[in-house]
Amino acid sequence: MKNFHVAIIGGGVVGSAIAWELSKYDIDVIVFEKGIDVCSGASKANSGVVHSGINSKPGSLKAKFCVQGNQMFQDLSDQLGFSLNWTGKYIIAKNESEIKELEKLKKIGEENKVPGLELYDGSKVKNNEPNVSCAKGLWVPTAGIILPYQFTIVLAENAAINNAKFLVETKVTHLEKKKNGFLIKTSNGSYNSKIIVNSTGLNCKDIVKMLEKPDFNVYPCRGEYLVLDKNYSSLIKSMVYPVPVKELGVLGVHITPTIEGNILLGPSAEFIDDPDDKRTTKDMMNNLLKEAKELIPALPDKAVINAYSGIRCKLASSDEGGWADYSIWESKENPGFINLVGIESPGLTAAPAIAKEIGNMISNRIKLKQKKDFKTRKIKKRFSEMSSEQQSNLIKKDEKWGRIVCRCEHVTEAEVVDALDNPLGACSLSSVKYRCRAGMGRCQGGFCTQHIVRIMEDKFDEDIKKIRLSSPKSNLFYCRNREETI
Amino acid sequence: MIEKEVDVAVIGGGPAGLSAAISAKNNGGKKILVLDRNSWLGGILPQCIHDGFGVEETGSSMTGPEYAEMYIYTAEKKDIDFMRETMVLELKRNREIIAVNKDGLYKIKAKSIVLAMGCREKTRWNIMIPGDRPSGIFTAGVAQAFINLYNIIPGKNVVVLGSGDVGLIMARRLKFEGANVLGVVEILPYASGLPRNVVQCLDDYDIPLYLNHTVTYIEGRDRLESVTIAQVDKNFEIITDTKKRLECDTLLLSLGLVPENELSKNAKIKIDNITGGPIVDQNYETSLPGVFVCGNCLQVYDTVDVLSIGAKHAGECAVESIKTKKIKESVIKVKPGRGLHYVVPQRINESGEVKFTMRVKKPKESIIIKINAGNKEVYSKKLRYVNPANMIEIDFDISDDLIKSKEDLEVTVDG
Repeated sequence: MKNFHVAIIGGGVVGSAIAWELSKYDIDVIVFEKGIDVCSGASKANSGVVHSGINSKPGSLKAKFCVQGNQMFQDLSDQLGFSLNWTGKYIIAKNESEIKELEKLKKIGEENKVPGLELYDGSKVKNNEPNVSCAKGLWVPTAGIILPYQFTIVLAENAAINNAKFLVETKVTHLEKKKNGFLIKTSNGSYNSKIIVNSTGLNCKDIVKMLEKPDFNVYPCRGEYLVLDKNYSSLIKSMVYPVPVKELGVLGVHITPTIEGNILLGPSAEFIDDPDDKRTTKDMMNNLLKEAKELIPALPDKAVINAYSGIRCKLASSDEGGWADYSIWESKENPGFINLVGIESPGLTAAPAIAKEIGNMISNRIKLKQKKDFKTRKIKKRFSEMSSEQQSNLIKKDEKWGRIVCRCEHVTEAEVVDALDNPLGACSLSSVKYRCRAGMGRCQGGFCTQHIVRIMEDKFDEDIKKIRLSSPKSNLFYCRNREETI
Repeated sequence: MIEKEVDVAVIGGGPAGLSAAISAKNNGGKKILVLDRNSWLGGILPQCIHDGFGVEETGSSMTGPEYAEMYIYTAEKKDIDFMRETMVLELKRNREIIAVNKDGLYKIKAKSIVLAMGCREKTRWNIMIPGDRPSGIFTAGVAQAFINLYNIIPGKNVVVLGSGDVGLIMARRLKFEGANVLGVVEILPYASGLPRNVVQCLDDYDIPLYLNHTVTYIEGRDRLESVTIAQVDKNFEIITDTKKRLECDTLLLSLGLVPENELSKNAKIKIDNITGGPIVDQNYETSLPGVFVCGNCLQVYDTVDVLSIGAKHAGECAVESIKTKKIKESVIKVKPGRGLHYVVPQRINESGEVKFTMRVKKPKESIIIKINAGNKEVYSKKLRYVNPANMIEIDFDISDDLIKSKEDLEVTVDG
């Protein structure tokens, strides 16, 4: 049994941001993540957008944390080294009634103190984005893009090197109020903690249920995406959004450039019963292409190289209009039990601001003293981005830098080993992929999988039967063909 | 940067690269260098442990490793230089190659270059199969590497999608190892691999072949649990009431091969959208002078025998171009006409005998292949049976008059 000051349940972007924020102080923090790695749920499967705050009702928590979070991103990127690109975005109107909606959005944005909003004529939009035709466009300069998994992982790993303990593949099964805090039973042992932070996204209600009767409902809403080949990266420079779909409380199918040069189409919005049902469907794939073509008619049909989906955690059903504010509260029944409920879009943007808020809430209960030896581990430059002099020097120091494991993305053995050596102890094939990009290119692992598996076997002494793809039971192989004998 | 200068640099040490390198040497090339990303030579051959290699070329049937060994042995005796575990990062238009291995970064200046990068397999996303994203989905070639090179069995209950040769061979291979192979699913009304492989790999082992079928859905949140297959109509639309769920833990994809031309594209070498390989002339020279191409990165071949013969020609021409330094203009274009999917080479700029390789769009019986220059028929040949899986080769003597006429050639298939 171990004692902690704060136990965070859920290693998504919000849980990881809170862990990092708290790791700056002299307290013991533990994070439980049921997935094989942090960033296994909605934090991974979204548009990767740093939102401006233009879409949320003035005075709402969504607006507050989104605008605050947005302003923190540049400093965070400078400090932690994750990629950030302020591409800006256009919300485009096709007709008079949509222009009215744009004017409303502009007003909301200004009330939320979003800077730089401008309403452009269609011709000016076309000038900047030749593939976009519209009557008018609302230009939002403070919208940006990041790689959501890279951001979450760097937060979690920085928390971990500052002694926040991460337990992946660990499901919380039971919570109990004790005299001086809580007893937490998990699939991986029992722990005590003074404070519990419930940042489990879609599972937030299940966690609340373990201690008290929830007074809310969660409505999973699936969003499917399509990923376009990098060859089409020149289609747009900025994000292109339609006027938001009002009925569902979502932003509508938009077109988003990514840091890596791919383009995302999506997401769809479909209320579903099963929060784990992350399938993609033929109908939605066709629909996404159709809707995206309404924004950009030049979009080619055969450019798609991948599809995925993520599930939004909504607190309002489609009958209720789909929009509800975040709900962040400390339980009155169980003081010290802090809940983050309904953290959906713009949750990625809001995460660092929410983490600050949770830090403040906790400081009311525990004295938070700054750590003297707080460390920062910035994301290293990738081999493929280095100058040839830097590349040569590294190879001289360690020949692993001279072995390319992933042919599409030019990832070296040294980078794969470094990814497998992560402080979270996450060691699936996708843990490697999200840390160093091996397997993300056109051949989708055709060349690198065998080399990564060999590195896992040789350097990390991993039993091949235990090598997994992306979830605790996603084993890659069945057995040896011939068992080795002496 | 470590600097090197060579006569001919060959990118890729698979069968095409080896054949081109040996031929370059035999034709008087002095410093020949082969670069390969793997620690071994022979490319994909060492994992192809079935036999049938070399029949057309040598008259005897070898396994992949044996066939590779034959070339490696010759190449090593001939004083050809090899750099293994070496990845070419960039091909520059001035014929400089930037490469990397454990000893450092290299800048290699070559008088001529032969591209022999091979091909890669299409993935699930090339045909956008919806559903979950579990483990247990492998391209057939990756599964083949795991079984034959790394002693690993990927799964026990297997469905193969696509009837390309690798898929057929892997269906049999897994059956040998005791796996339950539920069937091979092919969207076309005919198998896309060689007919002999359908007989030897499926029929002989009672593995069902589902023609006019495809996989419509993938299920399994962790490991693959099932695939749904369904029949398709003439327009490849799914016939809903034919959907059938097959429980399985492994799906092998044999959806076809894509020539690897990222290096070529970055060097702005012109690519044929249909073959996926560079546009070449009768010498297999690309749009970038001094850069030649062969093997599966030119066009995906049926057999290694024919591939090696083509590569030999590329190696010879690569050396020839250093000696003669002729500046050629593209004179005649060669285009696929009725019934034909593609034809290689796509350009002719000299008279002499040219080997054309081509594929038809659909299987057909008793056909006539014709080459037309403008309205004039200059060549015709009858064939009893053609099939997209079998590459057609024809030798045709390009006369001086034809070159002078500057009339483009069109190749057609009728019947």
